[in-house]
Amino acid sequence: MPESAQTTARQLLQGNEAVVHGALAAGCRFFAGYPITPASEIAEHLSVLLPAVDGTFIQMEDEIASIGAVIGASLAGVKAMTATSGPGFSLMQENLGFACVAEVPCVIVNVMRGGPSTGLPTSPAQGDVQMARWGTHGDHPVVVLAVSSVLDSFSITVKAFNIAEKYRVPVILLSDEVVAHTREAVQLPPQNEIKVVDRIRPSMPPDWYKPYEGDNRGVPPMAAFGDGYRHHVTGLIHDEHGYPTQNRKEIESFHERMARKISRGFPDIQMTRGFHTRDAEVLVIAYGSVARSALRAVEDARSKGLKAGLLQLITLFPFPRSTVTPLLKQCRAVLVPEMNMGQISREVQRVNQCDCRIVKHNRVDGQFITPMEITRDLLKL
Amino acid sequence: MVIPAQTLRHSFLRHNKKFPHVWCPGCGNGIVMAALLRAIYRLDVSKDDIVLASGIGCSGRMPTYLDFNTLHTTHGRALTFATGVKLARPSLNVVAIMGDGDATAIGGNHFIHAARRNLNLTAIIINNSIYGMTGGQYSPTTPFGARSTTSVYGHIEHDFSIAELAVTAGASFVARATVYHAELMDRLIEQAMRKRGFAVVEVISNCHVQYGRRNKLGGAVEMIRRFKEQAVTVSRAKRMSAEELEGKITIGVLKDRELPISTEEYKKVRQRARASRGGKV
Repeated sequence: MPESAQTTARQLLQGNEAVVHGALAAGCRFFAGYPITPASEIAEHLSVLLPAVDGTFIQMEDEIASIGAVIGASLAGVKAMTATSGPGFSLMQENLGFACVAEVPCVIVNVMRGGPSTGLPTSPAQGDVQMARWGTHGDHPVVVLAVSSVLDSFSITVKAFNIAEKYRVPVILLSDEVVAHTREAVQLPPQNEIKVVDRIRPSMPPDWYKPYEGDNRGVPPMAAFGDGYRHHVTGLIHDEHGYPTQNRKEIESFHERMARKISRGFPDIQMTRGFHTRDAEVLVIAYGSVARSALRAVEDARSKGLKAGLLQLITLFPFPRSTVTPLLKQCRAVLVPEMNMGQISREVQRVNQCDCRIVKHNRVDGQFITPMEITRDLLKL
Repeated sequence: MVIPAQTLRHSFLRHNKKFPHVWCPGCGNGIVMAALLRAIYRLDVSKDDIVLASGIGCSGRMPTYLDFNTLHTTHGRALTFATGVKLARPSLNVVAIMGDGDATAIGGNHFIHAARRNLNLTAIIINNSIYGMTGGQYSPTTPFGARSTTSVYGHIEHDFSIAELAVTAGASFVARATVYHAELMDRLIEQAMRKRGFAVVEVISNCHVQYGRRNKLGGAVEMIRRFKEQAVTVSRAKRMSAEELEGKITIGVLKDRELPISTEEYKKVRQRARASRGGKV
């Protein structure tokens, strides 16, 4: 049990360090990764801490290998994570699809930097949002979460593992260069106050076990390699036994279950935070580090008499429509500030079933969006 | 010791898997699979403790039929998944089965680093000099001048030796057989699985459908007979000149050495980490 989580002492931590402590508190005992700015501190800290708790750290030859090893470790029954940034996240996409199809719980941290390609390695950006949802080919279930602060980097990392384990799905945790490298004084909760979810393991005799037969939630119990439940795991579309299938009914029911297991979990998976939303007439929808600028901007606008509110998205995908849509009905205008060309504003527009005016505020110059910029835009709404 | 085929079938094939398999009649993959099963039979380890990982291609389908913990991964990545399984649960006996394109083209980086890293893993590479499943395109082991569906005018690149690559990259144990030498093959696979460290067995195999046909090498029987004629043992090869070895296949154990195993070394890392942190994280 990490000491950092047992004590309630305040400590000065960087976002990347807080991800490490969150992962350990959630029970992560395996990390495979490859060096990349601005995510490398996660690997460095875990290389020190994991062996001290009987966990395993390995630096692989590239990001493709890193996520491969993470999937392998999870199949062997160990909670596993990797961390990277844009270029590495691009390399992970194929195996990310494998984790989706084979339903392998794991956490992939992407500390976003400016892109595309080598881009702006040391500058903040939020350009990987749609890629996190749709980067791997084919229709697939995946959960994307975004952290906005050092404390979030701890608690949302724990949530990421819990969702991965509960729904047998890869969870992508989006951080950004600002959150990752900002140091803040934080008080982490003691371990006994942290809710940790573990995958459900099969309880039936091995002969009865069908590795891809969903329970009532659509999530199959997961046996680890070596537990006596010998089974087949493949990236091919498979039947309930895990064997490849071309049968159209089996293919269809596979895809249907993949979608259903996530949609049934919407209330649990879709996390948002509202600030001053109750009486808001204008709203900011923001996520990641920008949500913190947005909160300050909303408070400034309120002090100037504008009834402004903030909806901070923690879950980006599945997009929290049931929270966003009523607020669009309530507010006359919504501002979506993002460090990209408008990757979440298009989701907001998609769920806009009324005449709410959606205004974008985009920065792609490698600079952070300040509270002043958002206040200025808010006052124009 | 002759192990009856029926014993292998009943002990190791999946009873709930819908056969037939995907391989063409005469394919060498079945010979390799039987050799692997004979080796495992003699090793006498629980099926629960064996993990068989594969990549993509004809060889990639082998684990589907076998009653172990089986993992059919993405193209070229079998060793990366196997690395995660082995590190997470070192008591498991992990075998990766790959093809030539799978292991040394798309998975080439993983292959050399797995050899360098020296985990206690076994890699079996079925080398048939072609991409069979996708229709006969040239692979890293297609010889200079050979015809394939992507080198119809003759191949202009040079092939490399998978076994020699493994030796250079640092594997603890490297051996080669052909599908003609089935009994040698199962002994080599058994040795590789017993070996503590990264162990590679390269098996020269026939793809008469995609490779043999286009290069006028005949059917399965002719191709396998040619392997018999081309094969020279390691000890005999040592007494032969480079010219004499031209066109020959050296079979047997090419390298067997004791090196630190990273799974064992990591136990020491854990001890050092615990000692230096005094149980604190």
